[in-house]
Amino acid sequence: MIAGLAIILCFQLVGEVATRALGLPVPGPVLGMILMVVAGMIRPALITRIRPVAQGLLANLSLFFVPAGVGVVAHVALIREQGIALALAITLSTLLAIGIGALVFQWVSRLTGTTDPNALKSGRGTR
Amino acid sequence: MIWSYLTQEPLIWLTATLLAYLAGTACARATGGQSWANPVMIAVILLGALLSLTGTDYATYFEGAQFVHFMLGPATVALGLPLLDNLHRLRRAALPMIAALLAGSGTAVISALAIAHAMGVEGTVLASLAPKSTTAPVAIGIAERLGGQPTLTAVMVLLTGIFGAIVVTPLLDLLRIRDWRARGFAIGVAAHGIGTARAFQVNQTAGAFSGIGMGLNAVLTAIIAPLVLAAFG
Repeated sequence: MIAGLAIILCFQLVGEVATRALGLPVPGPVLGMILMVVAGMIRPALITRIRPVAQGLLANLSLFFVPAGVGVVAHVALIREQGIALALAITLSTLLAIGIGALVFQWVSRLTGTTDPNALKSGRGTR
Repeated sequence: MIWSYLTQEPLIWLTATLLAYLAGTACARATGGQSWANPVMIAVILLGALLSLTGTDYATYFEGAQFVHFMLGPATVALGLPLLDNLHRLRRAALPMIAALLAGSGTAVISALAIAHAMGVEGTVLASLAPKSTTAPVAIGIAERLGGQPTLTAVMVLLTGIFGAIVVTPLLDLLRIRDWRARGFAIGVAAHGIGTARAFQVNQTAGAFSGIGMGLNAVLTAIIAPLVLAAFG
């Protein structure tokens, strides 16, 4: 487990250093992720060591957003003042972005003949 | 005496964060994974109430919670794993992904700034809103460059993620989109890691596509947010 975590932290570290040294617009952890994918394509054995830790992290991805989220309490005054404008901007633009993004994906996928019958949601479930 | 000891140590707020998250996931499980019972939202409400009850400020809370916050970095790197596992699918879907990225990312930034600007939001707050669809650490970096405020940006990012995770399933069912790849990718672009966590909860393929959508959107928003903000500035 520690080996897996250490490998993941190394990718993050290299990512952070590289983005700063080269002045890239990409954040360090995102570059770390890209580097891990490249490394995994070259040496699949590396991924076997990372897998348990990575799966544990991803299973609890929501947890890591909680501390930043509690920051809401620090901005109560602003939310009281401009809350309606901000709420409208966030809700409407998020609805639009999800809907348009998914529709465009589906449309281009049909247009280019790259549909995937194995990746279809079955039936009309409620979830 | 005991209280004053506890308030000086990170232990209490680290423990509280984990317990609040466990309570949130227990609620989510009790409802059978219904999207409105979002674990992040429940945990944030519980902790927010606890902070105001005990009169604790956010900076004190964060001293304990920063250990959890730190894990966002390694978790972002770990998103490479589902990416590797789905490489053959991703290669096949390159064109739809590029198109959906441009459409979703552009819509997220332009519509948010247009609506807020029309309603009189300006300056620091507008700059803090611009990167709301990107993952928290990235959004903060972008907002700082634009003259936004880091904690305010984190709040916008969080609200976007929670809202997106709650509405994605009913919205895309309504639009009759059955392709898990499209569903996952769109939520990753619009609602970053919280959306991705929701996608993994529902379907592994959706989760993998959501992760790549989030990563690509982080890069694209860094490029387009300054341009769009300048247009409204």
